[in-house]
Amino acid sequence: MKNTISHRVADFLKNFPPFNELTNAELELISEEITIIYKEKESIVFSGKEPGHSHFYVIHKGAVSLTKTESNTIVDMCDEGDIFGLRPLMANENYELEAKAHEESILYAIPFSVFKPVALSNNAIGDFLIESFASNTRNPYSKNHRGKLFVDSNINANPDTKNSVSDLKLSDLQPVRYSKKIVSCDTTTSAKKAAEIMSEKKVGAILVVHDKLPVGIITDKDLRNKIVTGEYPITASAASIMTAPIITYPTTLTITQAQMAMMKSNISHLCLTEDGTVNTKAVGILSKHDVMVALGHNPAVLIKAIKRAKKTKQIKSIRKSVMHLLKGYLDQNIPMTLISKIISELNDACIKQIIEISLSKIEEKPPVKFAWLSLGSQGRSEQMLHTDQDSALIFEDVSEEDLPKTTHYFLNLAKAITKRLNTIGYDYCPAEMMASSPQWCLSLSEWKKTTSHWIINPGIDEVLLAAIFFDYNAVYGDNTLSHKLSDHIFYTVKKYPIFFVHLAKGALQNPSPTGFFRQFLVEQDGAHKDSFDVKNRALRPLTDAARVLILSHSIKSINNTAERFEKLAELEPNNKDVYLACSYASKALLKFRTKQGLRHNDSGRFINLKTLSKEEKIKLKRTFKTVKAIQDLVTLRFQLKTI
Amino acid sequence: MFNFFKKTPADLPDYWKAYEKLFLQKTPDQLDEVRFVVLDTETTGFDYENDRVLCIGAIELINKNIPIKNGFEIYIHQEVYDKETAKIHGILKKGVIPRLTELEALKQFLAYLGNSIIIAHHAIFDITMLNKALERNGLPKLKNRYLDTSTLYKKTIIKSNLLYKKESYSLDDLADNFSISKKDRHTAMGDSYITAILFLKIVQKLKAKKEITLKYLFK
Repeated sequence: MKNTISHRVADFLKNFPPFNELTNAELELISEEITIIYKEKESIVFSGKEPGHSHFYVIHKGAVSLTKTESNTIVDMCDEGDIFGLRPLMANENYELEAKAHEESILYAIPFSVFKPVALSNNAIGDFLIESFASNTRNPYSKNHRGKLFVDSNINANPDTKNSVSDLKLSDLQPVRYSKKIVSCDTTTSAKKAAEIMSEKKVGAILVVHDKLPVGIITDKDLRNKIVTGEYPITASAASIMTAPIITYPTTLTITQAQMAMMKSNISHLCLTEDGTVNTKAVGILSKHDVMVALGHNPAVLIKAIKRAKKTKQIKSIRKSVMHLLKGYLDQNIPMTLISKIISELNDACIKQIIEISLSKIEEKPPVKFAWLSLGSQGRSEQMLHTDQDSALIFEDVSEEDLPKTTHYFLNLAKAITKRLNTIGYDYCPAEMMASSPQWCLSLSEWKKTTSHWIINPGIDEVLLAAIFFDYNAVYGDNTLSHKLSDHIFYTVKKYPIFFVHLAKGALQNPSPTGFFRQFLVEQDGAHKDSFDVKNRALRPLTDAARVLILSHSIKSINNTAERFEKLAELEPNNKDVYLACSYASKALLKFRTKQGLRHNDSGRFINLKTLSKEEKIKLKRTFKTVKAIQDLVTLRFQLKTI
Repeated sequence: MFNFFKKTPADLPDYWKAYEKLFLQKTPDQLDEVRFVVLDTETTGFDYENDRVLCIGAIELINKNIPIKNGFEIYIHQEVYDKETAKIHGILKKGVIPRLTELEALKQFLAYLGNSIIIAHHAIFDITMLNKALERNGLPKLKNRYLDTSTLYKKTIIKSNLLYKKESYSLDDLADNFSISKKDRHTAMGDSYITAILFLKIVQKLKAKKEITLKYLFK
């Protein structure tokens, strides 16, 4: 039956190959038979080896990853307008790949029985399909398309950066660039000699060959673990200390596959051979460093790309690269302080650019000066993954009759901004704590009034709200506005010191991380049943404690939790040990959460304990002791225990 | 003798009796097994007594799937007409679209609806409009249970007496909020599609907090 929805679907399909080759009548016919399917993030569309469905799929909204099940490597990432799951139906085979919704997605399922006769009778469609199956890309046209769009809008001056920027987008499919100069030694070479060769050639790994075929690899780690520990003498043969069997891949490996391979086997070097097996000559070595370079992961390049972005969509794709960068940094064990600085810097740049874009789309100029504040974790430079957006807007005072008009202008602006931020991956704040809500978009004197009210009447909610205002970061606009508000808040707090007691109480409210028997306390129900809530139970108590303690010293320029504790250690030498432990714990926990989030493609907040190694559990528990210690300190300091 | 206590007058037409009989079956509590009918009506205005339904659009939603061919879209011939609301829904008094009498439309709609659970945005409006139409044709009220996306949405928001919370959320507000395209807005079927996607996204959001059953949604 023809209806409004089938028209809508046909309208969408006609923009994408091969449907653009169809007549309207054919399109209508197909559209009427389509089923629209909603897929939650991470849900499976079909799995490898499963018999073919009666439909194939076109993505209307969202993204779907196609994964090789055996090797768990992502082969392709499909997004809007892409077709998947058609080839097996054509060939009447089972699915080879697993298709999973990478984000929340809406799919159009097209019955193969309806599509087939249309496809067979239409040469252009047949050609398209053959070409796409042969080239093994889902869309042969898009190959040239991709990257190009991106480069056009970006850097052209420096050929180096140009390459690396276009790589960012192609990284999923691009073959890797590996070092062809192989440093190798024989199985009988001594460990000492091997180490000498490595030093001379300045490499971190040496290939061990026998009869010209690769048999093992010696890395710095092997030397450290086996020689320096005294387990083997320096005269030991290469064969006795090498890591074997060696893991080999063909040279056609893509960057993403290489990354996955290294992650899967937890190794830092891959050996590339002529046919990808150990039975042919080695032709190259690929190190983790090569992968990093290939991905063009360089914050300076990314910042430049963000600043040049004219469209929200461009920023969205750059943010994907930021996530890659983050993953690389964590793998390389770069200090968390540095990582958070760089990532926050990039996050701020994204928000700034989004505001610029939004301003350029609104015809009217802002009537008065304003400041955009990031609140919560982004305000503390602790936001690594995409989480909720918490924001507020302050604008200069205007006359009473102009107030409604001005408020209206800024609310509209804020709405445009939060919508774009949502597009690039920030969820809306579930409490509507965003500048687009009338309560969070106020003039300076309105803000002063509101914050005073919170401080003078501190109930549980008020304390929570006021607390947020001590961790903000003015991302855009006129800083003097936010400074004036800060000054006002500090002045008011001084007059009502009882506020600290309430703030301290708030800091102790979060549930403790371990139970009486030192077991992990896990969530009792809901989707995260039996998971550990690392945010509420471990990170938040530290953040809250740092805030109240640093504020009681009237220090307002430091927002980051770890830095706050470092400052506290300096201010109170007698508690130095506790504070330094807290600083360390907050960094460790943040890193932990970020890694979890990257692994599971979520916010990393809820951790399934079963997926943790023993070592990770011990590390986690060690930070809990610190949480307990700081909570005791806060209790004592603000005399919260009533006997 | 099963219907002994039910007040079903014998003179009700067969299609009504068939519709009513379906409610003897129990609806499953697992969300994925329930047949939902997501609906929207276009009307001549907002007055329950004087305004009329011009169009009923509905889609079927089972296990997160929406088969397009199981959509329902009919236009109804009405004597009442208002030029002002026509600007919104764009249905002309004597357009080219074939239309049915109110009775025939209701008959087809009841057959389509069956004992499914209704989902609509501000559901009470659409359901009351339909019930008034049924009443004019000598039929009882709809027996289906219904869910309202505007109230379901409120379940996703954190409760705090201090935080700003709107009293009522329009379909436009929520479509923006969830980045749902507003194409075909103000056609009955287009709106029911937006409502269906909205429903799925709300359930997804709620799921993050709790295991969701039908019972919970009705609470």
